[in-house]
Amino acid sequence: MNEKRTLYHALRIHQDRCVGCTICMSKCPTGAIRIRNGKAAIRANWCTDCGECFISCPTKAFYVEEDDFEHIYQYAYRVALLPALFLSQFSKHHSLVEIDAALKQLGFTHIFIVETAVDAFKVEIAKQLKKCEDKPCISNYCPAATRLIQIKYPELTSHILPMISLITGAAILAQENLLQQEAKKEEIGIFYVTPCAAKIAEIKGMPSSESLVNGVINMDTLFNKVSLLLSKNKDANTENTLGQTPSISGCDMCWNLSGGEAGQFQGRTLAIDEIHNVMGFIEQMESSEELQNIDYLELRACDRGCVGGILTPANRFLAAERLTKFAQEIKPASVKYDNPNASSRKRLENSLLKTALIPLPKESYQGNFDEKLKQMEKVRKMMCYLPGIDCGACGAPECKVMAEDIVRDEAQLSNCIFLQRELEHYGKLDGEQAYHIIENVWGKDRLKKNCYKRGATLEGEQPEENSK
Amino acid sequence: MNLSYEIEAGNFTKAGYASSEVKSVLKQLSIDSSLIKRIVIALYEAEVNVVAHSEGGRIRIEIDSEKIKMIVSDRGPGIADIEQAMQVGYSTASDEVRAMGFGAGMGLPNIKKNSDELRITSHLGEGTTVEMIDYFK
Repeated sequence: MNEKRTLYHALRIHQDRCVGCTICMSKCPTGAIRIRNGKAAIRANWCTDCGECFISCPTKAFYVEEDDFEHIYQYAYRVALLPALFLSQFSKHHSLVEIDAALKQLGFTHIFIVETAVDAFKVEIAKQLKKCEDKPCISNYCPAATRLIQIKYPELTSHILPMISLITGAAILAQENLLQQEAKKEEIGIFYVTPCAAKIAEIKGMPSSESLVNGVINMDTLFNKVSLLLSKNKDANTENTLGQTPSISGCDMCWNLSGGEAGQFQGRTLAIDEIHNVMGFIEQMESSEELQNIDYLELRACDRGCVGGILTPANRFLAAERLTKFAQEIKPASVKYDNPNASSRKRLENSLLKTALIPLPKESYQGNFDEKLKQMEKVRKMMCYLPGIDCGACGAPECKVMAEDIVRDEAQLSNCIFLQRELEHYGKLDGEQAYHIIENVWGKDRLKKNCYKRGATLEGEQPEENSK
Repeated sequence: MNLSYEIEAGNFTKAGYASSEVKSVLKQLSIDSSLIKRIVIALYEAEVNVVAHSEGGRIRIEIDSEKIKMIVSDRGPGIADIEQAMQVGYSTASDEVRAMGFGAGMGLPNIKKNSDELRITSHLGEGTTVEMIDYFK
């Protein structure tokens, strides 16, 4: 069914860096990681791109795929589609003017703040909230949170607002503004600067007809490039050009922060951040009467919102503080969507709605109800034998998950090191076979001495080619 | 398939454990979500009743291809007049229990509303057994 559709993901694993330590496997909120041949492997259809694996990895084996920066030069008009939180990544010693100048020096011709589009979204969301009968309405802002719902809480998928992403909305405004300045469509390159992997997956997973974004640049990459220039540019000629972008109200600027969205609507609204909090809350919501009358639910997979994104270099608490400060400094008098943007806004307003997301349930068991019930009973029987300590040595995060894998023919009971001892004890497995099984899960030579591993005597040294 | 859970008297923080476990089992079996909601609400109410009124009890659940049968039995005072207890708003809950937001007299009516079959047997001074059945089709 849905299992056949492979979802796009931006999280990748450096095979040479991964040591199969099982940490990411036990951290993954949807149980999408297994260890095979000694390396972590992600099951694409269960992954929400939340980045828990990326954060937890002790060897920095995860990376986020990104477009080559050079791609921007294919276009005459090079737009950096910048979330406001990018500006909060720098210490207060750098002014916005300096940052803007550095971005221009890097080759961007236009800087467009994503949150410029918030205003139009607010109006539409308020409309949706009014006519929504199936409460709560769930924000579609965080793609990791919406993916989590599609996979783990599929029955709530219909609650997610059927709207385009804020990024697409901002891209529409940016493109329309340039078209009005006589630019041709094919000359415009819009590059989104992303704080996380999920937004890349969202953008790249869209049909190309829907996406106006031509490329994605990771926020840490751009931060490094800008920082390098800032350190050189001490006395460069810095002209204030941020005024080119339409002005944004302070509270719209904080949209990405936890509560930045929920706080702007009437009724009972709640903001939940960090993926485990999100899961805990949804689970409580499913059975508690008290939580049945929520109007709007803002969900963010990262702690504190997007300032906690895995590609944001700054400490999330400091970044949130700086962003809030910027927002306070913006004068409410500054008019939004003044000319030449009136018609851009019209186009955005007409594009806000899109078809609803579909559920993509994670199914541990297959077949019809009776078959599923049988598989579940099988798992419970296997649990009588498995040790129940969730050590991960079989390559699955929990004993129960391993049993489910076995039922789906993706693992064997003998992968369990406890059961191996038991089988050996009763003469059903010889040492050679047991050794072979371990190498299957953990890779060849895994049981051999290796002084280059983390914490061992030669950690950090370059291994010699023939030092097996 | 059989499932079994113990219920501790007086521990409201743990009330809801069994119903949320059962919920995840039913989800894995791809039961329709509105039916899951019915089952979970009925079971949760029964769980709270045991926590609030008894000296402890047990939930036994049987799932087969047609139905889920939930038997919640407790040791405790029993119910003097079952018909009266089924009335909306009727409750013998103590002030303490009411202060925690329980004891509004909605428990048994809610269970009745959310189960296809309901049987209550009770012996004064011994305990109560609530048997609920929901059919999958």
